[in-house]
Amino acid sequence: MKDVFFELVDSLRAFLETVGQMTRFFGQLLLLTPRTLLRGGLLLEQIDNTGARSLVIIMTCGLFVGMVLGLQGYDLLQRFGSEESLGMAAALGLLKELGPVVTALLFAGRAGTALASELGLMRATDQLAAMDIMAVDPMRRVVVPRFLGGVITMPLLTGIFIAIGLFGVQLVGVEFLGVDKGSFWSQMRGTVELGDVWEGLIKGSVFGVACSLIAVYEGYNAIPTAEGVGRATTRTVVISAVVTLILDYILTAFML
Amino acid sequence: MRPSRTIDISTGLFVLLGFAAILFLVTQITNREFSLHDQSYRIKASFGNIGGLKAGAPVSMAGVTIGRVEDISYDMQSFKAVAVLRIDGRYNQIPNDSDASIFTAGLLGGQYVELSPGGSEQPFKNGDTVEFVQDAVVLENLISKYLFSAASQKSGTTSEAPPAAKE
Repeated sequence: MKDVFFELVDSLRAFLETVGQMTRFFGQLLLLTPRTLLRGGLLLEQIDNTGARSLVIIMTCGLFVGMVLGLQGYDLLQRFGSEESLGMAAALGLLKELGPVVTALLFAGRAGTALASELGLMRATDQLAAMDIMAVDPMRRVVVPRFLGGVITMPLLTGIFIAIGLFGVQLVGVEFLGVDKGSFWSQMRGTVELGDVWEGLIKGSVFGVACSLIAVYEGYNAIPTAEGVGRATTRTVVISAVVTLILDYILTAFML
Repeated sequence: MRPSRTIDISTGLFVLLGFAAILFLVTQITNREFSLHDQSYRIKASFGNIGGLKAGAPVSMAGVTIGRVEDISYDMQSFKAVAVLRIDGRYNQIPNDSDASIFTAGLLGGQYVELSPGGSEQPFKNGDTVEFVQDAVVLENLISKYLFSAASQKSGTTSEAPPAAKE
C-alpha cells in the first residue's frame, strides 16, 4: 500500500518536473526567437522540412476526410430532406474541428517525429555537444529554427487541409451525389462567418506551437542511445496527440 | 542536404499555397457583405416579444438580406426588448415609417427581422427608432388562443374531438 503511494507521488513529481522543464524550455525558445527570425536561411530550410514536405500527406488526407464528410453528411442530412445544408455543415465541421485537429495529428506524425528523431540522433551522436565545444549554441543554431518552422507551418497546413477538404466535400456532395451546387455554396456562405475561419486558424496555430514544442523538447532531451531516440519519437507522437485533443476542448470552450 | 535553390522554390510554393488556401477560406466561404464597406447605419426597434431572435440574425426587406441584428437588450423603462439593427449603407433610402416584424424562416429555421416599406419621404437615419413593430409569433400562444377560442365557441357541448378536426 505504501509502495503504491510512493510510486504515485514519484510519478506525479516526474510529471510536474517535465511540465516545469518544458515551460522553461519554451521560455528559452521564445527568448531566442527574434534573433532566429533575422537568420532567414535556417528558418526557410525548416519551413521546407516541416511544411513543404508534409504537403502531400496533408493534401491527400484532407481530400479523403472531406470526401468522407460529404458521404456521411449527405446520408445524415437527406433523412431530414435538407441535403443542401451539406456545404454549411461540412464547412463548419472542417473549420472548427476536423481541420485543425487532424492536421495537428498528421503534423505530429510526419513533422514532429522527424524533428524529434533528428534532434535525438544529434544528441546521441554528440553533434550537439560538438557544437557547444565550437562555441555554437545548439539551441540557437538547431532547436529554435526547427521550433519556429513548425509554428509558422501549422496554420498554413491547416488552411490547406480545410480548403482541400472542402473540395472533397464538394466533389462527393455535388458531383457524385447531386446536391445542388448553388445552394451548397450559398448556404455555406450564409452561415460561415469570418470568426469561424479565425477560430480554425487560431486552433491550428496553438496546436502548432504545442506540437513543435513537444517534438523539439523530446528530441533535445532524448536519452543518447538508440533506444532513447526511439522513445523520444514515440513520446512525441503520443504526447502531441493527447495535448492536442485536450487543448482542443479548452480552446473550443473558450471560443464557442 | 538538398541544394538551397530547390529548398527556396519548394518553400515558396508551400507558403504561397498556404496563403492562397487561407485567402480562399476568408473570401469564398464566408459572407463578407458588410465588412468590406462599413458604411452601415444602426436603427432601433422595440418589441414586446422577440421570441427566439438572436444577435446576428438577418434583417431583410422583401426577402433580401440588408443587414443584421447587432445587439439585443431589455429596456427597463418600457419593459420591451430593444433590438439594434445594423443596415448596410447601400440601403439608405428606407422610409422612416417602415415597420419591422419578426418572422421565422421555414418551419425550423431561425428567426429574422423583416422590414416592410412605409410611405414616408424621409429615410431612416443612424440612431432612428422603428415606430411600427410586430412581435414574434410565439407558437404556444397561437395554439392556446386557438384552443381557447375553439372551446368558447362550442361552450356547453363537451368536446371529445380535438379542435383541429372541427373544420
